[in-house]
Amino acid sequence: MGEFAIEMLHITKRFAGIVANDDITLQLKKGEIHALLGENGAGKSTLMSVLFGLYQPEEGKIYKDGKEVEIRNPNDANDLGIGMVHQHFKLVECFSVLDNIILGMETTKGGLLKKDDARKKVMELSERYHLQVEPDALIEDITVGMQQRTEILKMLYRDNEILIFDEPTAVLAVQEIAELMQIMKGLAAEGKSILFISHKLNEIMEVADRCTILRKGKYVGTVDIKDTTPEKLSAMMVGRDVSFTVDKKPARPGRVVLDVNHMSVASNRHKKDAVHDVSFQVKSGEIVCVAGIDGNGQTELIYGLSGLEPLSNGTISLNGQDVTRESIRQRSILGTSHIPEDRHKHGLVLDYSLENNIVLERYFEPEFTDRFGLLKRKEIREYAQRLIEEYDVRSGQGAVSVTRSMSGGNQQKAIIAREIDKNPDFLIAVQPTRGVDVGAIEFIHKQLIAQRDAGKAVLLVSLELDEVMDVPDRILVMYEGELVGEFKPDEITVEELGLYMTGAKRREQA
Amino acid sequence: MALLLQYTLIYASVLLLVALGGCFSEHSGVINLGLEGIMVMGALGGALVMKGMADLPALLLIVAVVFGSVLFGVVYSLLLAVAAIHLKADQTLVGTAMNLLGTAAATVFVKALNMAEDASNVSSSIQYIEQKKAFSLLKIGNFELSWFMVLAVVLLVISHVVLYHTKFGLRLMACGEHPQAADSVGINVYKMRYAGVLISGMLGGIGGIVYITAGVSEWKFENGVAGFGFLALAVMIFGQWKPGLIAMAAVLFGLFRALSNVYSGFDALAALPIPSTLYNMFPYMISLLVLAVFSGNSRAPKAEGIPYDKGKR
Repeated sequence: MGEFAIEMLHITKRFAGIVANDDITLQLKKGEIHALLGENGAGKSTLMSVLFGLYQPEEGKIYKDGKEVEIRNPNDANDLGIGMVHQHFKLVECFSVLDNIILGMETTKGGLLKKDDARKKVMELSERYHLQVEPDALIEDITVGMQQRTEILKMLYRDNEILIFDEPTAVLAVQEIAELMQIMKGLAAEGKSILFISHKLNEIMEVADRCTILRKGKYVGTVDIKDTTPEKLSAMMVGRDVSFTVDKKPARPGRVVLDVNHMSVASNRHKKDAVHDVSFQVKSGEIVCVAGIDGNGQTELIYGLSGLEPLSNGTISLNGQDVTRESIRQRSILGTSHIPEDRHKHGLVLDYSLENNIVLERYFEPEFTDRFGLLKRKEIREYAQRLIEEYDVRSGQGAVSVTRSMSGGNQQKAIIAREIDKNPDFLIAVQPTRGVDVGAIEFIHKQLIAQRDAGKAVLLVSLELDEVMDVPDRILVMYEGELVGEFKPDEITVEELGLYMTGAKRREQA
Repeated sequence: MALLLQYTLIYASVLLLVALGGCFSEHSGVINLGLEGIMVMGALGGALVMKGMADLPALLLIVAVVFGSVLFGVVYSLLLAVAAIHLKADQTLVGTAMNLLGTAAATVFVKALNMAEDASNVSSSIQYIEQKKAFSLLKIGNFELSWFMVLAVVLLVISHVVLYHTKFGLRLMACGEHPQAADSVGINVYKMRYAGVLISGMLGGIGGIVYITAGVSEWKFENGVAGFGFLALAVMIFGQWKPGLIAMAAVLFGLFRALSNVYSGFDALAALPIPSTLYNMFPYMISLLVLAVFSGNSRAPKAEGIPYDKGKR
């Protein structure tokens, strides 16, 4: 018996034109948590697809417990005890937790489903690994955290020994992340081998034993976490030093650009307002950050400001003009730009080409539409190509790439290019760095600060505490739909901020 | 009154069978708009068996007729299965094409066979006066219990059990809700969708033969099935894709359809100044109304209508 649960040796996978995995080696020890780190497009997904049998590598071998194996499809992977928690959960929403766990592995008696034994096994696993779930609740009614625990139970129910977590923390709230870390440690202690795909360095530092780094399809190295630092990891990942501290000059706030008075937004889910009686201003040349735990009304606040939802009360004015009842397009023309929270839902038309997405908010301007109402394709192409170059948006076929085929980080860059190049007076950026890698985060932060220095008003909504402390000039804390505090980043600690975000403390606005 | 009950039950049986068929197809993720065409084909299969095997003893004849309808319905539904599942065609278009093709093909087919007494009189009808008597299970006064009503109830119970209490049902519904999830646990989505569509062909085919034998003893195939396939879709939506509710919806719709057959037997109704055409319109108007009111908040299988592509994330 070797010490490795899975070894992937010298894997090479080519697609038309590109080498997605070039001679990559990954060795997963039994009972360890092994992080797989790399930027978007570094080849992590391809490597995992090879392990899962979705792709066949051109070169290289896979060993399980020292024996060579061939994995031709996901069923083979399952048989070998390899399970995966996908980034986007594979759960049937109108089924119960229990049904989702047993799906594909049902036990029957006389042709009819018999769930008693399955239920017993699930409850035992749930207790043993502290994975609290309600077996009879429907997936659509439970929290994201519990959905993820259901996914983990799915793997355990199948007696999987090798567990792959694909960016599992991207969808979780802060406390749920801490819980997941504990769960992962518990699983490893019980002898499960875990592959943890992430680009959040602090999580890797906290939970992993070793880390393999990929860059642009190539193997960079494998390091012991106890011998390394986040700085070293990120340098290996992006191939250069990345600064974590954001360099910026002091803000020089000017005139008021956004003025919000007693704004309320009704909630879709319950009777209480999602946003209740909120007033604040954003001046030119400053970045204001709305901080808070996910689900405390930030989404609705932005819907109200961008025009996606009507206000139930209050007014919004932009550059002194009342825009409370203006349409989304009118607000956009008047100088609002919006980098939305959900880039697939509100940011891009995924099946459009990149260039169409880039002119999505400006196609009607005379620059892109002639007097007969026809699109000026040549100008659009040139404009898109300029932005693609300036903002380093990478894609398979340049301006004509289908947006869906692009990586998440590059989709985000395309949105940022579009929104910033519109030259707005007021820029809304909602979790602009969500799901993008360290290199891109640095780039996005620089862009936001450059906008500020160019005299724009920037409103940032963030769930990442590092971002909240580093980027803005003022912090507004939102709790249950209300603003419960306003601070300068240098007059508050992360711990104190946490107390305001959880509602333990509040102070009236200055 | 007995007649009203009888017609209500027989039309409810038709709607129930066909709506259950739609229900299986949609739970697997394929919208089956071609039920109308499948019904016509099933009716054709059943009618041909009745015509060709008229000498069989009653019970055997019933089995043979049902088998004929199932065969025609299943084979015809293969069109949808291959086009929608393998070729990833637009399911709405294929279904619509199947409806157009169904009636037309059946008419051409029957005319080519030409089963009229007088060979020079080319007809699109098939007659089955004598054979039809085999379907009667028992008679109480005016009320005639048909074997088909029993069959519909049996299939209703089986459908419920299959959908909610078997491995197959759980997997089928997973394919209609979240095919990627089903795939990731080793379920063959394509196979399950084939199964769903072919079951709808089977049930739709039986529905077709029940419909044409419901009131009359010969069928003119150029008439198709008068939109019953679409009524069944309304029943399915009103029934929230659940067999139990579908059964209740089928009875309600069946009642309105039956009224147009027998309203003249009720003095109170006959005395009303309502033209018979209005009664004929009833079930269709009700379905419009029901769909307008209920389709907004009904919950269709999430992935229905979207061809499944393994490679797409």
